[in-house]
Amino acid sequence: MTTLTYRDALNQALREEMRRDPNVFLMGEEVGVYQGAYKVSRGLLEEFGPTRVVDTPITELGFGGVGVGAAMVGLRPIIEFMTWNFALLAIDQIINAAAKMRYMSGGQVGVPIVFRGPGGSALQLAAQHSQAFESLYAHIPGLKVVAPATPADAKGLLKTAIRDNDPVIFIEGEMLYNTKGEVPEEEYTTPLGLADIKRSGDHVTLICHSKTVSVALKAAEQLAEEQIQAEVVDLRSIRPLDEGTILQSVGKTHRCVVVEEGWPFAGVGAQVVDTIQREAFDALDAPVLRVTGADVPMPYNKHLEKAAKADPGKVVAAVRKVLYLE
Amino acid sequence: DASRGFLGGHGIVGGHIPLTAGMAFAIKYKGGDGVAVCYFGEAAANNGAFHEALNMAGLWKLPAIFICENNRYGMGTALDRASATYNISERGSAYDMTREIVDGQDLLEVMAAMDRAVVRARKPSAPTLLEIRTYRFMGHSMSDPIHGHYRTKEEVEAHRKRDPIILWSEKLIAEGLIDETGVKAMDAEVMAEVEDAYQFADQSAEPDLAELYSDVYAPTSVNG
Repeated sequence: MTTLTYRDALNQALREEMRRDPNVFLMGEEVGVYQGAYKVSRGLLEEFGPTRVVDTPITELGFGGVGVGAAMVGLRPIIEFMTWNFALLAIDQIINAAAKMRYMSGGQVGVPIVFRGPGGSALQLAAQHSQAFESLYAHIPGLKVVAPATPADAKGLLKTAIRDNDPVIFIEGEMLYNTKGEVPEEEYTTPLGLADIKRSGDHVTLICHSKTVSVALKAAEQLAEEQIQAEVVDLRSIRPLDEGTILQSVGKTHRCVVVEEGWPFAGVGAQVVDTIQREAFDALDAPVLRVTGADVPMPYNKHLEKAAKADPGKVVAAVRKVLYLE
Repeated sequence: DASRGFLGGHGIVGGHIPLTAGMAFAIKYKGGDGVAVCYFGEAAANNGAFHEALNMAGLWKLPAIFICENNRYGMGTALDRASATYNISERGSAYDMTREIVDGQDLLEVMAAMDRAVVRARKPSAPTLLEIRTYRFMGHSMSDPIHGHYRTKEEVEAHRKRDPIILWSEKLIAEGLIDETGVKAMDAEVMAEVEDAYQFADQSAEPDLAELYSDVYAPTSVNG
């Protein structure tokens, strides 16, 4: 094992997969000469050259579509969006082209492509730079959606996503890039659609992904001081959703809180709760509660932003509710 | 038929233009001598996808041919009610792209323009914007009368006189390469082929309901 930042783990994944398959290339704003807006693609231009590490104009719809077109005829593009907020411009190419091409062409034309970049909030980037869109894309048949929380998962899942024959929405996080973690030194890939128990416990299940995994783990530490053992289930992949691991955990703990950074209405948690009430209704001793981002555009003010975010305190409060301790 | 390089019709106006630039990118990336070609109407040339794709095609000198069939009407909107300028080919200049206006009613002129564009795409790999001027004889769709709301009968009749198929037939007849009966026989042959295709589609069995869920995702999720 070696300790890597989330950023460097992604860099390794890109490097390994570009070495492995000459059809893999990286395209996006500032990915080459600038070494990446968040330095995820540092050094790739020097190793692979401008044909495979392509800086683009600021035209997300345009180069999103270029990626899909290239994937339709045999290449394996990795399209980087500087943030997922800007990718809204490219959503027609993602939803109407990439997600539907195989189906519309009767299986003739697939689109093996990865759209990746940071999503969610950082610190005081305000409404247009702080959005978490997992559920938007997870709603679409034909797409897969991945949101790794740790360096090890980021590397393993990005390698798998690049090799996947379907379009993958790969959501990283500005606040995650500097986080460190243990990463295996030998080559490995992490399957999509498989959640991961980041902390086991018997009293309540905390279902989370991406940045909210650390929120859930901090909440679990606070709860442990009150002899409440929380099980932290990191979804890692939103679509396909690992219902098995969810149901197994809830079957054991009988109580559940779903934590996500995104907005509450029709969020990822709404889907998770539906799975639980449908498949594990009798196992529940309390309604499933959710801790989400506030149902508002992200405010700029520091204190308002803090109030808008899912945090350990809110998770602990929700857990106390599902344990009827309030 | 993707195996013959037909990458499909696309339901989003202009949405396929960036896809074409991507295919041209792939050709240049792999070093082939292929050419990526797409067709769109003058109405699509006002869409953002057109401008973003042509900018990159011009910037990266991609082997692509962007064919704008300027038939004057985007559904019920004449070009002069949708675009600040009538000349679509001029937009190529914004993207450092060779551009031509071609008389779409003249088969030989269209062929010659395409030849130039294909050669240009292959050596030295550069894109072309062809504005092929033509005219829409029919309504936008079955439910749109040929004339009435947005154009007059006289206008349509005038343009019908320059039907490219009739012009070409007259030329061949004038040069003694074919006679009237030969043209009529060819017409009949084509009609039969269309009828045959129609019957095939009409009488083909409905797909099995299991098809509903096929091809949403690739059969093998991860390759190798």
